Amino acid sequence: MLSIKNLHANIDGKEILKGINLEVKEGEVHAIMGPNGSGKSTLASVLAGRDLFTVTEGKVTYLGHDLLELSPEERASEGIFLGFQYPIEIPGVSMVNFMKTALNEQRKHKGLEPLSSSDFLKHMREKKELVELDTNLTNRSVNEGFSGGEKKKNEIFQMAMLEPKLAILDETDSGLDIDALRIVANGVNKLKTPKNASIVITHYQRLLDYIIPDYVHVLYDGKIIKSGGKELAFELEEKGYDWLKKGVAV
Amino acid sequence: MQLCKVMEKDQDKILHEVTQNEYKYGFVTDIESESIAKGLNEDVVRLISQKKNEPEFMLEFRLKAFRYWQKMKMPTWAHLKVPEINYQDIIFYSAPKQKISGPKSLDDIDPELKATFDKLGISLDEQKHLSGIAVDAVMDSISVKTTFKESLADLGIIFCSFSEAVQEHPDLVKKYMGSVVPYTDNYFAALNSAVFSDGSFCFIPKGVRCPMELSTYFRINAANTGQFERTLIVAEDDAYVSYLEGCTAPRRDENQLHAAIVEIIANKNAYVKYSTVQNWYPGDKNGLGGIYNFVTKRGKCAGENSKISWTQVETGSAITWKYPSCILLGDNSVGEFYSVAVTNNHQQADTGTKMIHIGKNTKSTIVSKGISAGFSNNSYRGLVKVTKNATNARNYSQCDSLLLGDKCGAHTFPYIEVDNKDSIVEHEATTSKIGEDQIFYCNQRGIKTEDAIGLIVNGYAKEVLNKLPMEFAVEAQKLLQISLEGSVG
Repeated sequence: MLSIKNLHANIDGKEILKGINLEVKEGEVHAIMGPNGSGKSTLASVLAGRDLFTVTEGKVTYLGHDLLELSPEERASEGIFLGFQYPIEIPGVSMVNFMKTALNEQRKHKGLEPLSSSDFLKHMREKKELVELDTNLTNRSVNEGFSGGEKKKNEIFQMAMLEPKLAILDETDSGLDIDALRIVANGVNKLKTPKNASIVITHYQRLLDYIIPDYVHVLYDGKIIKSGGKELAFELEEKGYDWLKKGVAV
Repeated sequence: MQLCKVMEKDQDKILHEVTQNEYKYGFVTDIESESIAKGLNEDVVRLISQKKNEPEFMLEFRLKAFRYWQKMKMPTWAHLKVPEINYQDIIFYSAPKQKISGPKSLDDIDPELKATFDKLGISLDEQKHLSGIAVDAVMDSISVKTTFKESLADLGIIFCSFSEAVQEHPDLVKKYMGSVVPYTDNYFAALNSAVFSDGSFCFIPKGVRCPMELSTYFRINAANTGQFERTLIVAEDDAYVSYLEGCTAPRRDENQLHAAIVEIIANKNAYVKYSTVQNWYPGDKNGLGGIYNFVTKRGKCAGENSKISWTQVETGSAITWKYPSCILLGDNSVGEFYSVAVTNNHQQADTGTKMIHIGKNTKSTIVSKGISAGFSNNSYRGLVKVTKNATNARNYSQCDSLLLGDKCGAHTFPYIEVDNKDSIVEHEATTSKIGEDQIFYCNQRGIKTEDAIGLIVNGYAKEVLNKLPMEFAVEAQKLLQISLEGSVG
């Protein structure tokens, strides 16, 4: 589904990603872990098409397309979803209106008719239940005045609404208490199908108690320095990152 | 491969839309018009009055105004850079030639004129009107056609061109004209009073609720002309009317002057709602051309419990100088001002309102939303004045600015004068920016940048857009988006 080969990216001339290689297949859950500043969020942004970053080298193939050639909205319509680490507030734009616009734009891209209002509301009700989202939140402006936990839940709700093929969750667990964490993780698990895949970026192992990854990768200084199964996460929890960093240091 | 094709198609479409949408009313109608020579002097004022076959009192009014104007200087207090206007280089009267004067039926109107208004989305054919709006269509200096005049007359409502009102209802005109905006009011009001050529007149008799929206559509067509129109709306006791105003002009490299007056009188328990979508040609990307829009709009809540509500969406004009105001004379009267003003490229706007509380328990609400993009400057200027006897007066003002990019300016000039200690005046203001992160957030959900800006701006302006009549609200939403196209990225 997704194939990243030797990806290099910089911001204002400073190289952040220094040759990432990653293969993600349908049905898989990949966890990307790593210390602060290792390039985890940059990788997520580059895959979503944020133009703050410049790709200098490498290739990213997604469902047979050259991903880097697509605009952010085309990537979204092709099924890439980014769960933001810091969801953005858009005052005056209701969640309902926002989601309806997004969903119908994506449908238009696929050559589908826009959803009727009643179908849309039905779809929204189902997904709200799925992620245990407070009914009132959808009537409010996008993320405006939401608590940290509400914002993260709202990201998962949007993911449920848009039914992406590849979900990239950027530190969705940060700032969540244990109940919110469980709700978010449950949402992600319920949305899992043999046809879609997710990349879960996290700083801590605890999210992986709820979302069981097929692969764990350690990102450090812009490179994946170690990959393994879910047991790697436990090892990291126990030993920290230092033993891996030492291996890299020249 | 297929995807690439879709992309290309999409890009073409966006490009097409952007160029198409720039200013879609910029066309010129090729029609013979009758114009007087350029320049302004007393003879020109007399000539205009003569062309309109006016009674003596009108000529006197004009001449007094003209003599007063000659002694005045253009005001410079606004936050605007206004190039010097050469009044001797302007044509003050230009009328599309018509086969018979004062057309009565649709068949008598030049097909070219009809086509022009059709193109603007304004049908002069009553049969084709489904939305229940009566229109007075004004091109350059004259009114072309007023629809639904007869059916409105059955209810006692007078809705006609100002020129016709002068002929048919001189007593009403004499009584109310200048009663809210005297010719001595300001420089542009004096100028308008001297040379105004047409406009709309509307009279709603006691106890009548006007069953349809009344509207005036102003179109400038001829080159080098100024447009000076007057609108007078009188609502007698217990009357109600909702009034709409729209305006467009051709794309030209020269600036054109528009100086209008709108006067509203609301008597006891009357309610007048006045909505404007101002879309005069704003000039090109480099600030060449565009309309100079100097307008005096004021309403008088003369009777108890009367209400006047202004809603404006200002997207056009190179320069806008406009302060729709309410004089709250009657006890318990209510004044409202809801405004969205958008400036892009090199546009300048200095707009706001005045709420003058004179009666007891008077209430006013001001909601102003400024949006600046490009190299533009957008100022809110508002006065809330509570006079000594206005016990229990109440005002709430909210004044927000939204910036797109870092080359534009947003300014707020609130003036508050309170002479009554039992009154409450509140003012809130915010300034915000459309962030790249907001746009990226929308993009990531599949929403294109242009649509994202539309969504964000319309969300920001929602409070005001909701006040517009339905048909207008939809048009205004599209207009906001179009006006800001190309302003980010």
